[in-house]
Amino acid sequence: MPEAYSNKVMEHFKNPRNVGELENPDGTGHVGNPVCGDIMEMYIKVKDNVITDAKFKTFGCGAAIATSSMATELIKGKTIEEALSVTNKAVAEALGGLPPVKMHCSVLAEDALKSAIDDYLKKTTGKGLPGFKPHDHTH
Amino acid sequence: MDYAATTPPHPDVVEAMLPYLKEKFGNPSSLHSFGQEAKAAVEEGRKQVANLINCQPEEIVFTSGGTESNNFAIHGVIHKLKPNKNHIITSKIEHHAILEPCHFLEKEGPAPDGAGAGFKVTYLDVDEDGLVNPEDVRAAITDKTALVSIMHANNEIGTIEPIKEIAKITKEKGVYFHTDAVQTVGQIDVDVADLGVDLLSASAHKFYGPKGIGFIYIKKGTRMTQFLRGGSQERNRRASTENVPGIVAIGKAAEIAKTELSERIKKTTELREMLFNGLLEKIPDIRINGHRTKRLPKNAAIIVKYVEGESMLLNLDLEGIAASTGSACSSGSLEASHVIRAIGTSPEDSHGSIRFSLGRLNTKEEVKYVLEVFPKIVQKLRAMSPLRRK
Ligand SMILES: Cc1ncc(COP(=O)(O)O)c(C=O)c1O
Ligand code: FES
Repeated sequence: MPEAYSNKVMEHFKNPRNVGELENPDGTGHVGNPVCGDIMEMYIKVKDNVITDAKFKTFGCGAAIATSSMATELIKGKTIEEALSVTNKAVAEALGGLPPVKMHCSVLAEDALKSAIDDYLKKTTGKGLPGFKPHDHTH
Repeated sequence: MDYAATTPPHPDVVEAMLPYLKEKFGNPSSLHSFGQEAKAAVEEGRKQVANLINCQPEEIVFTSGGTESNNFAIHGVIHKLKPNKNHIITSKIEHHAILEPCHFLEKEGPAPDGAGAGFKVTYLDVDEDGLVNPEDVRAAITDKTALVSIMHANNEIGTIEPIKEIAKITKEKGVYFHTDAVQTVGQIDVDVADLGVDLLSASAHKFYGPKGIGFIYIKKGTRMTQFLRGGSQERNRRASTENVPGIVAIGKAAEIAKTELSERIKKTTELREMLFNGLLEKIPDIRINGHRTKRLPKNAAIIVKYVEGESMLLNLDLEGIAASTGSACSSGSLEASHVIRAIGTSPEDSHGSIRFSLGRLNTKEEVKYVLEVFPKIVQKLRAMSPLRRK
């Protein structure tokens, strides 16, 4: 087991919010963690530029599950622009911090979110998120 | 259920060592009666250990544990036999306490006078069950080979290696043979005469003794350098004032192991089979990891598809169950364990490696409890897994 997780991480790990897939999502993100090989998927519903719903699926460690849960919580009700300012650090902070070796799992959550927004923008505007390059996910 | 990581000291072991922490604190090197009392206790411990593995007491050297015994074997032999012999053969699934000293020797490079020409190490592949092929050992031996070191049983997947077959080859070729028996001493029958090894490592905390005490069996006539240099303790083989309470404890643990051995094997095999069968029946898409029959009685290692090991461990821990995993996510290096990779497990499957290991205090009720709780954990995590499509 890694260094102890915060109570907040454990709480989200035990009762993850927004697990699952969305039917007809407006944006889908699919990323793989280049460090340890884990996978995260994020689905968003967008109405009038506001994220009305978000769900996730994660194959990964406790921190990966907790950060994806927290990330979906943080972006619900936010505009696309606001959601884009949710960084991995913000997710980790909202969880009361992560052990240093687990910070990359929060990067996965940020990537999954950006990837979902990128997909949404491509679908609606034909152009993706400027400068966004999802990590190659090879298995 | 993590008895492969460590075991609780047997109450009789604790009882036996206590006087040597209190009133019987003598130094075995002292000539007065305090010292002689301690010396007698050390020699008694040596006899008990020798009796367990069927050797002479003089062939036992006490160490600080499995790691030191392994380092002693590698360095002791290679530094004695260099520069004529500079080659070691081992396997890819050894404990770090073998692999790291080997890596260190490799990095050391050529001796300044050019005589040593550096050290070479061959890391043998294993098959998908983790078995070393004795013929691979034969093929790897050269006239430069000093030592072959292959573990008796693997700590992660429980596979028991063909030590006797390998020993026949090393004997024929005149090469020393060491086995890391940390996982087997006190768990299955370990008889050095029958195995045919020259060197063997063991550690008390894996067989109901305390941590920080172990031994190395050094067959009479085996040429080795001293490992720790200093005083003349342990017949000049390992300096440092003896860990008297530890030696008394490992002796007692060995004595108990000898009497309880067949019972231990029977009980842990029974519990393991109950666990394996129950898991295979209740959870789809899992498989046993390691060899099905050539395996340690206590080891129940499995691969659970579509879920990650650390998240399984955390959930088990919340239910009061201890286990371990070889998943990348739970290792500091974020790489799957070298053992899991060496047996050719795919990266995704290696994430789902979980090891339960059983011991003398586990009960059928506990196994039933795991069988009740674990399938639910897997189900919950799989519902979250993008790898598993409905
Ligand atoms: C196979 C094997 N070798 C060596 C060791 C190291 O033993 P110790 O902890 O006594 O140094 C262990 C224990 O983790 C082991 O399982
Ligand atoms: S997802 Fe693998 S370490 Fe967190």
